[in-house]
Amino acid sequence: MAIYVILALDVLNGISSLFLLCLGLAIIFGMMKIINLAHGEFIMLGAYATVISANAGVNIWIAMLVVAPLFVGVVGLVIERCLIRFLYGRLVDSMLATWGLSLLIIGIITTIYGNTQQGVPTPLGGFSIGSYQSSYYTLFLALMAAVMMAIVYGVMRYTRFGLVARATMQNPAMAATLGVNPARVYMSTFALGAAVTGLAGGLLAPVSGITPGMGGAYVAKAFMTVVGGGAAILSGTLSAASLFGSVNQIGAYFTTPVYGEVIVFTTAIVLIRLLPQGISGRFFKGNL
Amino acid sequence: MTFTRRRFLQRSAIATSTLIAAPAVFRSGALAAENPITVGSLHDQSGPIGTSGTPMVYALQLAVDEINAGGGLLGRPLKVIHYDTQSNIQLYSQYAQQLAVKDKVDVVHGGITSASREAIRPTFDRFKVLYFYNTLYEGGVCDRNTFCTGTTPAQTVEKLVPSAMKKSGKKAYIIAADYNYGQITAKWMTKYMKDNGGEILSTDFFPLDVTNFGSTISKIQAAKPDLILSALVGGNHTAFYRQWTAAGMKGKIPIASTTFGLVNEPSTLDAAESDAVIGAYGYFEELTTPASKSFVEKIKKAHPDTPYISELAACTYEGAMLWAAGVKKAGSIDRMKVIEALESGIVFDGPSGKVSLDKPTHHTVRNAFLAEVKDRKWSVLETYTDAKPADTASVCDLVKNPNDVKQYIINL
Repeated sequence: MAIYVILALDVLNGISSLFLLCLGLAIIFGMMKIINLAHGEFIMLGAYATVISANAGVNIWIAMLVVAPLFVGVVGLVIERCLIRFLYGRLVDSMLATWGLSLLIIGIITTIYGNTQQGVPTPLGGFSIGSYQSSYYTLFLALMAAVMMAIVYGVMRYTRFGLVARATMQNPAMAATLGVNPARVYMSTFALGAAVTGLAGGLLAPVSGITPGMGGAYVAKAFMTVVGGGAAILSGTLSAASLFGSVNQIGAYFTTPVYGEVIVFTTAIVLIRLLPQGISGRFFKGNL
Repeated sequence: MTFTRRRFLQRSAIATSTLIAAPAVFRSGALAAENPITVGSLHDQSGPIGTSGTPMVYALQLAVDEINAGGGLLGRPLKVIHYDTQSNIQLYSQYAQQLAVKDKVDVVHGGITSASREAIRPTFDRFKVLYFYNTLYEGGVCDRNTFCTGTTPAQTVEKLVPSAMKKSGKKAYIIAADYNYGQITAKWMTKYMKDNGGEILSTDFFPLDVTNFGSTISKIQAAKPDLILSALVGGNHTAFYRQWTAAGMKGKIPIASTTFGLVNEPSTLDAAESDAVIGAYGYFEELTTPASKSFVEKIKKAHPDTPYISELAACTYEGAMLWAAGVKKAGSIDRMKVIEALESGIVFDGPSGKVSLDKPTHHTVRNAFLAEVKDRKWSVLETYTDAKPADTASVCDLVKNPNDVKQYIINL
């Protein structure tokens, strides 16, 4: 019996980490239609910010929850001003530019910190269910995923900024005639997406190996999830993350990790074939 | 403008043809004294495997500098032509061609992963460039043009498995990276477990970009092994040790690994995450012999930011020194003469102790060490002197089949 509880926790872990990894991308790609191939590097920057500040003596929780999103948010802001703002509406160009950006960021981090691994130990301990062990950090990640969902929902649904942002993304010309400055909205939305991504990197730092190239392991899955989720930021990302996260974990448990990966990518292909607009294009239309 | 450019082109054409047409004596005679012996180097200094490659490059450069300080070889200085292969197999193939065809080097030291070695080995066979592979690996390469100076499973895994079993028990769970190194090493682990009366509960392979080990950790718990044997590779896989500790499994099931600590895992993971992991290699930075101490000191003095100096760096240094000894003995840089000299039982006393080349396999007979992580450092528990590459020797005999160029894979 206990094994099923543990397995359920694994699935929860798979879903919540995938959701956290994708939320920032859902904002930047799903909402703004910027293909940000440097998404993995934003995650990496968040992880580095956490590790470097934690090793410098900052409390690990502050390092994860404050330093990482703030730092990556600021980086995102600078990148938007220097690069992204010239690329709105140019899907392919944004892809090329952000790919170059990802290589640049990897290069800079490698130059500064070398390509040796960095790390912080995982806070919180483990607990046992029957004869099995799991970690509190799994639960904490799930909690953080829920909190982030609530925050993003709250901001997008109930604040003036959210309303203006959604309006601008849908029709920038109309928003501009109504007195909104689209350039500023784009800038802050991009920075917000970057900050959310940085937070994901910070949260994953204690359970992953941290190298300048670590982003590569996440970027494909993040895009797969966001595309599979469709246009709605929250309901789309959550439903796709739930699908892929559980398929991955359950698949890996009952077969092997190799097949776990194969099953996920096959699921993604079938999903996109059946629902070209993503899950939210079919089931959660009009949701946030 | 056009005029001057044309003039310039004409003049340089004349100058070039003069140089080409100059008497052979002038070219080979006067320049020969300066004409260096070239050593090709193909190591990853960036990308995911860069941390492994960087100390190897430093070690190779150290060997070359020391040989040059002693007057070079055959009265000629050595020169390293190095390419950073950036953890990219395509670049390996490309630079290997370049070293062989354009740079025309006299020997190549390089290759880190087994995948990269298999990508470049045929190129050096084809262009007849002597090749040294200085990394521990899964064994089985049988090629007269290639010398493998790193340890093979018979030298390390064979020692690691029984001592891990003695401490824990007879049921093991294998987790390994999903490419030729992990696949073949898992087979060797299985063999040595069975040879010692043990049993394998399950063998799981992981693509190099797997980062979430949650379901694996649950699976391991469900299987209830006495021991975990790990051949996980690279930064993403380091996450396993973190997640294992986070789940509170640390200390409940011991871990023995053929790859842990090759880079800098003990110093990046927390003591709680890495303590008591055991490993066996042909060299540890912590060895206290004078040769080892001075080797580590020299590298760290030249490059204070060097990551952990593992077997990879030590074998690269020893590989270069063995090659130099071969050239000296042959009295020539001619490839076949050097190979024959190397096959005559060249010995070098290096940082890891006495290393000698084994004629039938072109592998090394060298010391192996068993160690345990204690407080973010390796603590060497046991030394096995003159460990032989018995795995490769069981399938490879270059004395009988000098034209063999295969990598044998053990059948179980």
